[in-house]
Amino acid sequence: MLQLDLDISLVDRARAAAQKITGSFGWLFEGYSSVTIERTVLRLMGLDGALKDGKPLPNVVIDQLHKSGSLGKGAAIRLANAMLLQNMSAAEVATAINDQNLDISALPPAPADEIHALLSELTDKMMAHISGQKAKREEMYQRFGERRIPAIYVIVATGNIYEDAVQAKAAAREGADVIAVIRSTAQSLLDYVPYGATTSGFGGTFATQENFRIMRQALDEVSEDEKRYISLTNYASGLCMPEIAALGAMERLDLMLNDAMYGILFRDINPRRTLLDQSFSRMINAYAGIEIQTGEDNYLTTSDAVEKAYTVTASQLINEQFALLSGVKPEKMGLGHAYEIDPEMENSFSFELAHALLSRQLFPHSPIKYMPPTKFASGNIFKTHLMDAMFNFVGQLTGQGVQLLGMMTEAIHTPHLADRSLAIENAKYIFKAVKDLGANLSLAPDSFVNRRAHQVLEEATLFLEKVAADGLFSAMAKGEFADIKRPDDGGKGLDGVFAKDEDYYNPFRERMMKELKI
Amino acid sequence: MKKQFIRPYGDTSADGKMQLSFSLPVKPDAHGKEAARLLLKQMGFDDIDVCGMRDLNEGFTHFIAYASTSTAVDPANIKVKVVETAVMDMEETDAFVKEHIGRTLTVVGACIESDAHTVGIDAIMNMKGYSGRFGLERYKSFNAINMGAQVTSEELLARARAENADAILVSQVVTQKNIHIKNLTRLIELAEAERLRDKMLFICGGPRISHELAIELGYDAGFGTGSYSTDVASYIAIVMAERIRKGS
Repeated sequence: MLQLDLDISLVDRARAAAQKITGSFGWLFEGYSSVTIERTVLRLMGLDGALKDGKPLPNVVIDQLHKSGSLGKGAAIRLANAMLLQNMSAAEVATAINDQNLDISALPPAPADEIHALLSELTDKMMAHISGQKAKREEMYQRFGERRIPAIYVIVATGNIYEDAVQAKAAAREGADVIAVIRSTAQSLLDYVPYGATTSGFGGTFATQENFRIMRQALDEVSEDEKRYISLTNYASGLCMPEIAALGAMERLDLMLNDAMYGILFRDINPRRTLLDQSFSRMINAYAGIEIQTGEDNYLTTSDAVEKAYTVTASQLINEQFALLSGVKPEKMGLGHAYEIDPEMENSFSFELAHALLSRQLFPHSPIKYMPPTKFASGNIFKTHLMDAMFNFVGQLTGQGVQLLGMMTEAIHTPHLADRSLAIENAKYIFKAVKDLGANLSLAPDSFVNRRAHQVLEEATLFLEKVAADGLFSAMAKGEFADIKRPDDGGKGLDGVFAKDEDYYNPFRERMMKELKI
Repeated sequence: MKKQFIRPYGDTSADGKMQLSFSLPVKPDAHGKEAARLLLKQMGFDDIDVCGMRDLNEGFTHFIAYASTSTAVDPANIKVKVVETAVMDMEETDAFVKEHIGRTLTVVGACIESDAHTVGIDAIMNMKGYSGRFGLERYKSFNAINMGAQVTSEELLARARAENADAILVSQVVTQKNIHIKNLTRLIELAEAERLRDKMLFICGGPRISHELAIELGYDAGFGTGSYSTDVASYIAIVMAERIRKGS
């Protein structure tokens, strides 16, 4: 069997360093919350809808509370209090804030036992709904069989959710196992989640609860026809990580992009805000049985894939440790990497093989997410199609969990119907052709692939130990990650972070931590 | 002398053979195939061979075809606008700037408005560069400021003004529904309103951008696929030297 001779003591050292890095944020997770975390709580309490101008109701409530500095107790108690005293639904309270200048922070407190009774009723209801969605997914896997390994993952990105649904169904019938709806390019920096079905976007389609529901329904139909459960994924990244995670949990998304550091490094979102938000959003993912996926491929699209290979390994280990803190199980961690080495380089395939095996072996229980060549994809679609085939070869040979298929028209346009179909054909042919080949092969002990994997692991270990000694925020401020300097008081969204009062209460976080045993 | 028209070459001189691939909302059957053939016929093709037909499901079919065109291009009618300045490597550019300009050139770059894809601007500006060519940050003769992605036009212009920039570099990767045209137009209009347009070079780049398009939109130059930091740096150095020479 194709297996690396990894130095186990080095693996242990790297993991210990990652644990030290991530373990030092208790002060942040316990002491602070953010506006999007509070909006998530309101959404989980059942608050939905938007004003006529499109402003979502959760933003209406949280904006008022944040402006008057009365979020310290958490939004749950404030909204429940207003619902009781005004005898209104959550949506009616939000509307009254807008229409009648109702100030819910100025209301007298209702009896504490009534507030807690209402909150536990709403919490029970939503937790049961999310558990029900999880059970439904498990039932469908039971009925139709487990997802293939590697799973075939393709994107749709028309900007129009109804058009996306047609393309997704076509792709699913051709063999896709996972459908990702790429988000509109500007969404990561919106400090709200748009409302309703959307039919225009740029480079993708807005992530909204209604869009999630439309796509899930389309894929459920195909799942029944094809007798294969088709997974749906979207992006819990940007300024609304936990809100989008919650919507994904409600509408039975199956995977969600959720990287602990991506927003900081590649979207210039404030480090404290991102770490806080990822912590709660991953808890929601974990509770809902949603597989998270991380974005290590981004390190390789911005830097050299050979020179910076170790940053992928280091980030995977950090992502793993943060995920464990949120209760995500290793079998639900789709840690990422990518096939991005310059095809002009001699033996590039051997390098890719070493890197792919390293990811596979460091995280034996995780459905590793493998990203295709993009950086060296050009207008030459024939060459790109060939690179995609080599990428598919490594994916099957090394048993990656999710193969994010490359498109021959990468770097030209968002995939056309035929592009996606050819990509699926390419993957299906290669996966079948080399299905059991890996079991017949082994690596020579002192071979290049072994030495290369060892080198990357060693570089990652030394890097993680340096970051552990320095502290993550300090390392980020110095530009140790992806050559981008991110000070912890810079970036977008810091004004949405606030310190919790002694009597802060987030019923969902408490319940999830209890049930996830964290 | 007989004028040589330009016509596709498959395997015989001027046979006009072309390779085509497209999808239609039809079923993969004889009817669908005929629809594909008729479409090509209406486009003026002859010797149509629809050699591949693949079911895309949900009522769509992918066709692959070969056909001959009788049309040809008269070379005399070809008019393109290309960046015509010489291309120098990093050392040559640094030496050129030292000799002809005598100070460093400040370039402010960004991926503007909704566009979140920094791959283009990074390839041109980052220290490391792309494909063996260092980015502008590495040049001794450039003070390169890369503002990253999703920078508003206002932010970019404000920074360029504050830095007294010699050139602005704008990257646009996402082009769905011509969003890149809207973004690039907005920047130029703002620059004109703020009286910055003539104070610095405006250069845009991206996979779907040509020099011709850039000129049309009111930019000084545009760099498309296959352009490198060396092209951009040489262009800025040579044009700035020219401007300084004319100005003095």
